Amino acid sequence: MMQNMEKTADKTIITVVGKDTVGIIAKVCTYLAQNEINVLDISQTIVQGYFNMMMIADMSGSKKPFGECLKDLECLGEEIGVSIKCQREEIFQKMHRI
Amino acid sequence: MINIWEVKETNEMIEQENLDVRTITLGISLLDCIDDNLEKLNQNIYNKITTTAKDLAAVGEEIEREYAIPIVNKRISVTPIALVGGAACHTPEDFAVIAQTMDAAAKSVGVNLIGGYSALVSKGMTKADELLIRSIPIALCSTERVCSSVNLASSKTGINMDAVRLMGEVLLEVAERSKDRDSVDCMKLVVFCNAPDDNPFMAGAFHGVTEADAVINIGVSGPGVVKTALEKVRGESFEVLCETIKKTAFKVTRVGQLVAQEASRMLGIPFGIIDLSLAPTPAVGDSVADILCEIGLEYAGAPGTTAALALLNDQVKKGGVMASSYVGGLSGAFIPVSEDQGMIDSVQAKAITLEKLEAMTCVCSVGLDMIAIPGNTSAATISGMIADEMALGMVNQKTTAARLIPVIGKDVGDTVEFGGLFGYAPIMPVNTFSCEDFIRRKGRIPAPIHSFKN
Repeated sequence: MMQNMEKTADKTIITVVGKDTVGIIAKVCTYLAQNEINVLDISQTIVQGYFNMMMIADMSGSKKPFGECLKDLECLGEEIGVSIKCQREEIFQKMHRI
Repeated sequence: MINIWEVKETNEMIEQENLDVRTITLGISLLDCIDDNLEKLNQNIYNKITTTAKDLAAVGEEIEREYAIPIVNKRISVTPIALVGGAACHTPEDFAVIAQTMDAAAKSVGVNLIGGYSALVSKGMTKADELLIRSIPIALCSTERVCSSVNLASSKTGINMDAVRLMGEVLLEVAERSKDRDSVDCMKLVVFCNAPDDNPFMAGAFHGVTEADAVINIGVSGPGVVKTALEKVRGESFEVLCETIKKTAFKVTRVGQLVAQEASRMLGIPFGIIDLSLAPTPAVGDSVADILCEIGLEYAGAPGTTAALALLNDQVKKGGVMASSYVGGLSGAFIPVSEDQGMIDSVQAKAITLEKLEAMTCVCSVGLDMIAIPGNTSAATISGMIADEMALGMVNQKTTAARLIPVIGKDVGDTVEFGGLFGYAPIMPVNTFSCEDFIRRKGRIPAPIHSFKN
């Protein structure tokens, strides 16, 4: 049963929110590249002075399981001083698409 | 493809507006555990629960992590114990042993509450039903996580007034036994009219006899999300108001549907229903009363409250129904007093009375919920309040319930603290005129004329 949880990752949404600084995207992308996670789409915007970025990533080829990437990215976020979240895409699909 | 604004909206709901899945409740049938030897029966029950639910907590946490959606409670409901224990239990104490087994099983699998210490007596009580009801004070006061419910009435059968009378006495005894803790054990006891078989919410959850061997039921929540959405349409027409509630309820319920499907897949247990309820917590911004205020009331309880709640309840259902493949349970808006900061504020401002709450229960999904009343209230008066609530459910063909907390040693003006998600409550005044002679009558109230639909 537990193996099921680590099934092919499909699409994952990575969001970065925080104060804008140099190299946020670079650092996140470097981590993803090192772990063979393919970025499918990136969009970003500034809302009320805060940097908001969303990446759609394909984790099916990832070297590490989902849970581990999630923790790594959280730590990376702390280093840069932003909040990084990693969520399966289905929660957004379900909520915003019929 | 999903865009950044949609992602932002969802995450704001979770992070700022308290969107969560209130409970994953695993319903487990204990009918195959029945044995006339009490020890064997307890062993069977313990084994069945701990085997079926062994991965429940872990799966809940896994889903939380993957979608970053909080799942507040993982719970278990079982077949009404009066049915399971009938052959083996000959005294109330025998039944209480089963409650202790349930408690131990719940602790072992890491769920915070287990429901189903229940009897279904809407028309009559068997010997076992009566023993179980009489054992409730011992059971609730000797366990931590066991919840008890009794179905006293239904639209098809009428109201079992003998059981209503008995429950008034039982509730007071529960209060008395836990009086050193503000009668807090009463919180784990609820009585119903038309109790649903698939309710995921405590204290009323039990696994109905019409259900499969095991089933996953989900309760979603999100009063804060509805409130925030309504802030953006202040002063608009009822059409805009209703559309906004519907759309928001749809989004909230979709999250529940996703969690239900995932939990069902991971546990290998079929998905039962989603309960479309707005369940408040004492956290600021997680209140149903605040939604009523946002609709345009100074306080919940002001004139117009019943209409506003009727509107809210109906739109939540209309929005949620399309979002889920199976809807069930109680579905609607909960109006507990102690678990809702806005409701507590209303009581303290004297904007709401017990009688107004009773009127509100005609149009919402549950009933008189988490209401602290003076400890010197008589058993007959409590039974009278229960009978009123049962009558509302019976005639309106809906579920109603009563979860009253007579706080021994406290009176109007005092406050009781229940802790955590259960919040705190000011003691509400109860009408002190007597209904003694009414409650003393034996037998049952017949089913209403419009129940004859065959």
